[in-house]
Amino acid sequence: MRVYLDNNATTMVDPEAFEAMKPFFCEKYGNPNSLHKFGSETHPALRNALDQLYVGINAKDSDDIIVTSCATESNNWVIKGIYFDKIANGKRKRVVTTAVEHPAIRMTCEFLKQFGVQITIVDVNEEGIITPDQLREVMGEDVALVSVMYANNETGMIFPIKELASVAHEYGALFHTDAVQAFGKIPINVRDLDVDFMSFSAHKFHGPKGVGGLYIKDSQALSSLLHGGEHMGGRRSGTLDVAGIVGMGKALELANKFMSFENSHVKRLRDKLEDALLSLPDVSVVGRRENRVPNTILASIKGVEGEAMLWDLNRAGIAASTGSACASETLESNPIMEAIGADKELAHTALRLSLSRFNTEEEIDYAIEQIKKAVERLRGISSTFAYTPEGHVSGL
Amino acid sequence: MAKDSLIGGSIWDEYSQVVQDRMNNPKFMGEITENEAKERGAKLIVADFGAESCGDAVRLYWLVDEATDTIIDAKFKSFGCGTAIASSDTMAELCIGKTVDEAVKITNIDVEKAMRDTPETPAVPPQKMHCSVMAYDVIKAAAASYKGVDPDHFEDEIIVCECARVSLGTIKEVIKLNDLKTVEEITQYTKAGAFCKSCIKPGGHEKREYYLTDILRDTRAEMEQERLKKQANAKALGDQLNFDELSVVGQLKAVEGIMDSEIRPMLMMDGGDLEVIDIQKTPEGNIDIYIRYLGACSGCASGAGGTLYAIENVLQEKLSTNIRVMPI
Repeated sequence: MRVYLDNNATTMVDPEAFEAMKPFFCEKYGNPNSLHKFGSETHPALRNALDQLYVGINAKDSDDIIVTSCATESNNWVIKGIYFDKIANGKRKRVVTTAVEHPAIRMTCEFLKQFGVQITIVDVNEEGIITPDQLREVMGEDVALVSVMYANNETGMIFPIKELASVAHEYGALFHTDAVQAFGKIPINVRDLDVDFMSFSAHKFHGPKGVGGLYIKDSQALSSLLHGGEHMGGRRSGTLDVAGIVGMGKALELANKFMSFENSHVKRLRDKLEDALLSLPDVSVVGRRENRVPNTILASIKGVEGEAMLWDLNRAGIAASTGSACASETLESNPIMEAIGADKELAHTALRLSLSRFNTEEEIDYAIEQIKKAVERLRGISSTFAYTPEGHVSGL
Repeated sequence: MAKDSLIGGSIWDEYSQVVQDRMNNPKFMGEITENEAKERGAKLIVADFGAESCGDAVRLYWLVDEATDTIIDAKFKSFGCGTAIASSDTMAELCIGKTVDEAVKITNIDVEKAMRDTPETPAVPPQKMHCSVMAYDVIKAAAASYKGVDPDHFEDEIIVCECARVSLGTIKEVIKLNDLKTVEEITQYTKAGAFCKSCIKPGGHEKREYYLTDILRDTRAEMEQERLKKQANAKALGDQLNFDELSVVGQLKAVEGIMDSEIRPMLMMDGGDLEVIDIQKTPEGNIDIYIRYLGACSGCASGAGGTLYAIENVLQEKLSTNIRVMPI
């Protein structure tokens, strides 16, 4: 059996979204900017896809939803755009963000330091989020932009975006949220949230890879990253990926359609998996269930190194992810785990399981069985965990 | 950056079959008890290295025949990734049958080589080399425990690159001997920095005590200081300076010194003089000294013949055979 439990990394394209994309490869392949019929016959589909996006997040006609290549581009665009528009020649020199943002935010902020931009990083609390009070403590009239993710990719914890945006606005700062991990998992209403910018990426909600978007409230000014074309009203140059945009629009429509399902079926499967994990000795899960997106579990399994766990699960046909440093570029502890104040031990035993609406009960039962088997085998090898007749004790 | 690095890929694809097999079914995984040691008439040694908080930990069990200091059995337990488990398994196997002194000589490179499918293909990708390093360290800990000495007893050198086991002394020596100027050159000469690259500069896979960039900078500074000291000593002793190695300012001073003491008095006897305009080193290794004749020497036919040869000969004799004098 093959079980995919790494949906926070990427998702399967919904077959319905894929069907919607198909005509735009070999039949209706004209450049939408061309005058001729080949080009213009793509327009209805593009308009429909943008409608799906606008409706999907409750954006108004006065807003912009600009299609980009991915959320990384959207995140870069907002931060660098704000630099050119507000920071380089203005009085506001500061950007506020959190310690657990995606590298597309963290590294872009780091890059801008060399141009004199001051970056304030707010540490998350033990819940893995920042509160409005925490944000207020670091705010001032010198802040140009606040950027806070909507839901964390590893823990699944949901940030209080509406309240945080309100604090930013109190100080005259703009507010951006990287909503990549929230799209398709919880209802998103940009008007209610009152955010100025919001990034998203299609492949995280069963759309295609290579296409994402940036919501811009009230068509606010934002210097372009790409110059040299009039696409997307001159805001983002580059020939439109018609198939990708159509796929993204359809995927968001489907995600919203399945939202209730996501919050019942997916959540039930997630909770079942989580309960099974917690029934094992010395296993813990990060963050309260009720404040997490419904598909994510970040567990730590004492004595079981993350990558070794992935190896065993992979052999059993199960795809998961780890916060373990051993599987990444550095041996340093996972920054998310450190940010939430977790022990370093926890960081190396982290296992992230992220579900989707395509997971079945049978898959979850199989995953539970295989995870238990892997935990038993690896704890048997482990020099830091040992069973005794009385139960279990930690070794070393 | 070649296309492979542009696309990336799963590091698991680079594991040898041996690594995969040992990860899936480690043969030497387990514990050895005191009872077992008694039954087999050997001494039980248990050594630990690493910690869960560091991401890797290993415990090594040895049964040592005290009459011969031979390791008659070895087992391990390990908290770590696939390569750490496979390396520990290999390390335990390599210990068996060796004396403790022989086992201490097993390095992480021996462990990695033993896990290769073919002699020329590495068993693990570069960033996983550190997993076999732990195997080396736990052996030292076990040997230290057996002999009742400190583990540092077995490490008489500071190791900068754990993956390639290159010491600080070796790196400094090759920099000096070969006049190395870049980290890439150090890697070419020693293999240090060729694997996980943590030792090149801070911010890599693993924090290190010594980094190649710092060692290169400091050693180059040391070399420069040594050179200046040598010059100063030579001058103090009145020895012949190595004119070719002097800076332009130093060369100018030396040339002016010879001009004043040997050449100008000769020219002045005929109402002439000269000034030094420039000194340039040519790619071929010549040192061209550009001069301008003054007074009676200016326009004198001998300035391009006999006088010029005389000046050149004196400078060549006193300073360097590479000197050429160019009147302008």
